[in-house]
Amino acid sequence: MAVLVYAESWSGSFKKATFEAVSYAAQLADKIGTEVIALTIANNNNSTQLGKYGVSKVFTIANDSLTTFNNQAYANAIIAAAESTGADTIVISNTNNGKAVAPIIAAKRGAALITNVLDLPSSHSPFTVKRKTFSSKAFAQYSTEATQKVISITPNAIGAIETNKSAATESFDYTATESDNRLSSVSVDKAKGKITLTEAEIVVSGGRGLKGAENWNMIEELAELLGAATACSKPVADIGWRPHGEHVGQTGIAINPELYIAIGISGAIQHLAGVNASKNIVVINTDAEAPFFKAADYGIIGDAFEVVPKLIEALKTYKMNN
Amino acid sequence: MKILVCISHVPDTTSKINFTNNNTEFDSNGITFVINPYDEFGLTRAMQIKEATGATVTVINVGSASTEPTLRKALAIGADDAVRINAEPTDAAFVARLLADYAEEQNFDLIITGRESIDYNGGAVPGMLATYLDIPFVNACIGLELKGTKSTVIREIDGGKETLEGNLPMLLAGQKGLVEEKDLRIPAMRGIMMARKKPLTVIEAGEAVKQTSVLGFELPEAKAACTMIDADNVEQLVELLHSEAKVI
Ligand SMILES: Cc1cc2nc3c(=O)[nH]c(=O)nc-3n(C[C@H](O)[C@H](O)[C@H](O)COP(=O)(O)OP(=O)(O)OC[C@H]3O[C@@H](n4cnc5c(N)ncnc54)[C@H](O)[C@@H]3O)c2cc1C
Ligand SMILES: Nc1ncnc2c1ncn2[C@@H]1O[C@H](COP(=O)(O)O)[C@@H](O)[C@H]1O
Repeated sequence: MAVLVYAESWSGSFKKATFEAVSYAAQLADKIGTEVIALTIANNNNSTQLGKYGVSKVFTIANDSLTTFNNQAYANAIIAAAESTGADTIVISNTNNGKAVAPIIAAKRGAALITNVLDLPSSHSPFTVKRKTFSSKAFAQYSTEATQKVISITPNAIGAIETNKSAATESFDYTATESDNRLSSVSVDKAKGKITLTEAEIVVSGGRGLKGAENWNMIEELAELLGAATACSKPVADIGWRPHGEHVGQTGIAINPELYIAIGISGAIQHLAGVNASKNIVVINTDAEAPFFKAADYGIIGDAFEVVPKLIEALKTYKMNN
Repeated sequence: MKILVCISHVPDTTSKINFTNNNTEFDSNGITFVINPYDEFGLTRAMQIKEATGATVTVINVGSASTEPTLRKALAIGADDAVRINAEPTDAAFVARLLADYAEEQNFDLIITGRESIDYNGGAVPGMLATYLDIPFVNACIGLELKGTKSTVIREIDGGKETLEGNLPMLLAGQKGLVEEKDLRIPAMRGIMMARKKPLTVIEAGEAVKQTSVLGFELPEAKAACTMIDADNVEQLVELLHSEAKVI
């Protein structure tokens, strides 16, 4: 009956997407009148934080064989925790690691998997929920009759709700097996001190209109002032001005921040597909006919090389006064 | 070595999405279907491995007869043979089970899929297929090097990348990076001619259970008109972002 949420950690601590998933699971459990249990793996002792988002019990795994992420082992650990708590619904964040474990769990348990979920269910029998499809060009209502479910939540779609609960932690054990270790992690390269694109509240993005990699200084400066992540259009990553991990759009990363600032990007349908779920869009483009203005909330027709430095100054002034 | 590339048949990225039948069905009227862009990276990587090692490459799709031109396109790019499992691919567990039934008998050394289909964006079939076959699964794969049966793969993680090692067989769900955009193969005349003679086998679907169904679709709400701000008055933008949008 219970709901189990996998509370993902990055380098030992939780990120925003985790609190969102935990909060989702807590609300879900509340609606169906059951308990919610969180599972954390290789978290550095801040598990009790999860209480704030509505869980009463946190299972922690601190097994040496699970210090680094391993999708087979983590999936099996999550399954073991679900079995021991009798949970039939498992909630996961639709992050890269979440996507790497969710289908394994679903296939092993014969559970229904619904990914890219955007909202709490509109019905519980049958379980019906809204998800993204067609690369954010549309939404769909998915339903399942299955008792066993794995629900994967789109980061930044549902806010984390704080409660005044507190959580008790309990250690849970799972040791990776030989079959879990068929793949071994050799190295992890972290992009330098960046905000994760899918989780960022604000994203500053540049297109081919910026004319060269050297012109990204002002984009980075603007992003830093706003506490934003940086992104780019596909051709910019293809030419090599920016890393592929920053490419947003239909064939790149799909994002839905509070604010998306598109600079020197035309607004091709494939680009829009990945960003039009942003709650507010600002477009800066020299061409008044750029299709992006049709999808924007705020537009400036102008040269990025003049507008962006002015915007940086205006923000600095704003910050000083606020 | 035997490689299987799973191909999903999806609307071209320029497609405007519409629904029919009271918003319960995708309207394929006027839509051009293509090889799922993520699968193209995997298919090209498979071609490179074929050229380097003499591997054979099979492409497969679970779909109706309408997907055959997409499979022919994959043959024209250089796959050796194609298989179509005759069924409507309406649920990930169902598709993965049918693919697993086929793959189980064939003992592929390497299975390559896309990270997700750009239509339903499930990202579900690859991990399920790997699990049914009991082989390792690497999601968001952006690099693959093979030395005999030893494989070194790179996967994208949130804010970085991770390198992994293991032995074949395994399943990789790929994306850009597996090969670069500029190296993507497109069918040439010779390939298209040859593809006509290559085998495309149709298999009837066996038993498989569907876990989910789609009750209906909706389109995003249309945006209100854009507020235009003068390029000499960026202070107004800052003010609106603060007081109206409330994002700063
Ligand atoms: C299969 C497929 C998948 C694709 N997937 C994606 C995807 O996921 N993401 C994606 O982004 N694209 C994708 N594309 C590419 C897409 O079609 C466009 O080509 C791309 O988005 C254009 O990038 P851009 O806007 O940076 O460049 P351009 O279209 O060249 O636009 C540059 C813009 O900058 C403006 N500009 C020029 N100078 C200045 C200046 N000084 N100041 C301000 N503005 C200026 C111009 O007016 C123009 O609007 C895909 C294409 C295909 C075929
Ligand atoms: N009907 C299908 N036939 C063959 N392969 C598929 C099918 N659907 C999905 N796949 C493969 O699984 C990947 C991910 O798809 P999905 O899980 O639907 O997002 C695709 O990129 C394909 O490689």
